[in-house]
Amino acid sequence: MDKYVLKYFNLIRTIIAILIGIFICILIIFIISKDPQDGLRYFLLGPFTSVSRLGNVIEMASPIILCGLAIAIPFQAEQFNVGAEGALFISAAVATGFGVSTAFPKIIHIPLILLVAGGVGAIWGFIPGILKAKWNTNELVVTLMMNYVALFLSLYIINFHFRDKKANFLVSYQLPKTAWFDQFIENTRIHYGVLLTVVLVILVYILLYKTKLGYEIRMTGLNINFAKYGGINTFKIIVLSQVIGGFIAGIAGISEVMGIHRRFNWQATPGYGWDGVTVAIIGRNHPILIAFASIFIAYIRVSGQVLNLLTDVPSEIVTIFESIIILLITAEAFLSQWKYKITVREAEKREVKVESAS
Amino acid sequence: MGTILSLKDIVKVYPNGVIANKGVSLDIEDGVIHAIVGENGAGKTTLMKIVFGLEEAQEGEIYFKGKKIKIKNPYDAIKNGIGMVHQHFMLAPDLTVYENLLLGIEPKRGIFLNTKKAIEITKKVSNDYGLPVPYDKKIKDLPIGLRQRVEILKALIRNAELLILDEPTSVLTPQETEVLFNTLRNLKKAGKTIIFISHKLKEVLEIADKVTVMRDGKIVVTKNAEDLTEHEIAYLMVGREISFERIPPNNKEGEVILEAKNISFVNEDNIKVLKDVSLKLKSYEILGLCGVEGNGQTELVEILTGLRKASSGKIFLKDKEITNLLPREIREKKVSHIPEDRMKNGVAERATLEENIIVDRYYKNSFSGRLLLKEKEIENHTNELIKKFNIVTLSSKNPVSSLSGGNIQKVVVARELSSDPLIIIADQPTRGIDVGSEELVHNLLKDARDNGAGIFLVSADLDEILKLSTRILVIYNGEIVKEFTNYEGLTGKELGPYMLGLKKENEDG
Repeated sequence: MDKYVLKYFNLIRTIIAILIGIFICILIIFIISKDPQDGLRYFLLGPFTSVSRLGNVIEMASPIILCGLAIAIPFQAEQFNVGAEGALFISAAVATGFGVSTAFPKIIHIPLILLVAGGVGAIWGFIPGILKAKWNTNELVVTLMMNYVALFLSLYIINFHFRDKKANFLVSYQLPKTAWFDQFIENTRIHYGVLLTVVLVILVYILLYKTKLGYEIRMTGLNINFAKYGGINTFKIIVLSQVIGGFIAGIAGISEVMGIHRRFNWQATPGYGWDGVTVAIIGRNHPILIAFASIFIAYIRVSGQVLNLLTDVPSEIVTIFESIIILLITAEAFLSQWKYKITVREAEKREVKVESAS
Repeated sequence: MGTILSLKDIVKVYPNGVIANKGVSLDIEDGVIHAIVGENGAGKTTLMKIVFGLEEAQEGEIYFKGKKIKIKNPYDAIKNGIGMVHQHFMLAPDLTVYENLLLGIEPKRGIFLNTKKAIEITKKVSNDYGLPVPYDKKIKDLPIGLRQRVEILKALIRNAELLILDEPTSVLTPQETEVLFNTLRNLKKAGKTIIFISHKLKEVLEIADKVTVMRDGKIVVTKNAEDLTEHEIAYLMVGREISFERIPPNNKEGEVILEAKNISFVNEDNIKVLKDVSLKLKSYEILGLCGVEGNGQTELVEILTGLRKASSGKIFLKDKEITNLLPREIREKKVSHIPEDRMKNGVAERATLEENIIVDRYYKNSFSGRLLLKEKEIENHTNELIKKFNIVTLSSKNPVSSLSGGNIQKVVVARELSSDPLIIIADQPTRGIDVGSEELVHNLLKDARDNGAGIFLVSADLDEILKLSTRILVIYNGEIVKEFTNYEGLTGKELGPYMLGLKKENEDG
């Protein structure tokens, strides 16, 4: 028993964190709601109340997953950046501009737009990367500031150059149909961009754990002195990790535009980049775990929407839930005493075995 | 004589599952010098940390002067009269000697430090014990030996009756060690009890009255020092015979394979750390570089291996210049590097053994294709090395952090020696590892030498330098001050004055 606890300690710890979060939220629901049973039901199972809501979970998870990947790659190289938000925004703006002003058959148009978006994101990642590698600037500060640059630069591009004057809102022209990710499940908006996300999760997993480049990224992150000593070009890796991250963040934004809105309709950044940081931390920078964490986050967000719509419980409850879980998961000391006790017990058991064997 | 300290059934398990003490019981007599010896990882330092309150034991009792006491932190220990001098000194380098000595127990006048009184106390204690110190100098301006003396005084000024010294001689030259031993003898006369942790057996027999040998978290034996010999202790520590003999030089005349010409280095603080260092390394030889730590050895090694750029000077490998090439370019020319600090440079702790082994070779055809790593080959290769170098681990997929210090060093050595090197730059190759692993590393270096490699051995351990080297260079303050051929019968005493900068080759005539 103890052995399994140690082996799956991180998983168990996460589950316990979630259970504590649920427990506290149940408590709150019982205090504030006139009909706590309903509140509880929608809080836990809200997304299962209709196909379209279940679809919402997947639609929402997709960009969060991509941003999680975009953050995780530089995180693995120990580049603590928050640049996905800005990269996502500016890439979506530029690529939308490119999409509405060009005409190609679908099979060319879609990859071209994706490449433009990825390229812009890559450039957006290159800047903090090269600044860090060359002058050791703090990538957290640089990416944080660049998020604002991205926001206003993008709004300028969209509002002054690609604004659809016939629309009642500040939005870009609609993308031509050749640039749409089609939606393929009825009653939902699940689109081909979601499939692209699945492919990218697998590709990033392979990149990080199976390729030479992934090895270099991880070693640079685990111990940069060791990487240098072993002959890895850490300068290149620092820059490259940010560039690849930026590329994926670029895809994250434009994929949502192409699959759901079909035009650039954001006037503020959507926050996926921040969620990306969250899921990268919860998923410990592992692509597969990031996917699960993202689906989980999307699930409780949709629960929040359902709660808002159908009960007297405000949707903010899910924010509380999210916060509790993230707090517990990131708190290193949470349950560490318990783990220590089990470790001691296991070690002593092992010792007795050795003694009696000899 | 009574018993001052009595430990009963101490059990300590670290959070990573390592059992450091497996039910240790030990009595320390009042007024003796009691040495605790054992390989690294035998649990001696842990045991002492428990006595001093730096670690908490899971089980066991501590009796001090007949009374059962609980020691939760160093403050409890000091209150009870237990003092400890750590291997790495716990002093504030920018404060003066007396400020350090009285830190936390300062005599005050109002809210200010009563400087006069502080100096008075310092002088009195240092006179009482015959331990003169320059009380108004800053710690950072003192040599290591004096800093250690300040540490000892720090414990005495807090009325320590039991003084624990953790590997006190590991940072000292032979001359400084002599002075320390006199100090300890005087303290014994003054009625203090001293616990002396060491793995230098010669010293243990010279200074200690009682010797306790620990192995694998348990006490093997406690005996009077006069009833033991070096050989016996070594045998008890390791459980098998160990050789301390000097390894004779290889008689083959090698060619010069590495040459450094007038290397200088000025650091960030604009201090000239290396001054015109020149040296030649031949194949079939081990060139030892000895000196007190911090005299430019680290910088020299980093420059030779491409981790640091020299301010001036040139390096040649055979006839090719390799000055300021990148680490990989230098490694490609068959230069291996066992780094000074294995945890800082030598390994990535949280990475697996496999990932640590392949860092210099993962990109080669045997271990990867155009993009992908060849996992099977990497695993097989790592397992071969685990077997060949006798690395104790459950699996090649375990993180390096799960290994003991000696085994981590074996991982580093295995990687560096298995790349078929022409030149091996070995910086403190056996620091902090047990006698058994040390012997293994020494033999491996010897084998590499006999196969025609040239080895540049940098070590603060004089015994190691004397055991292995064909020639010895002494470095002081960034300069090579003397070259010795390692003739039969050369001892540390002859190297000491050069290491301390008291003598220089040209003054020697």
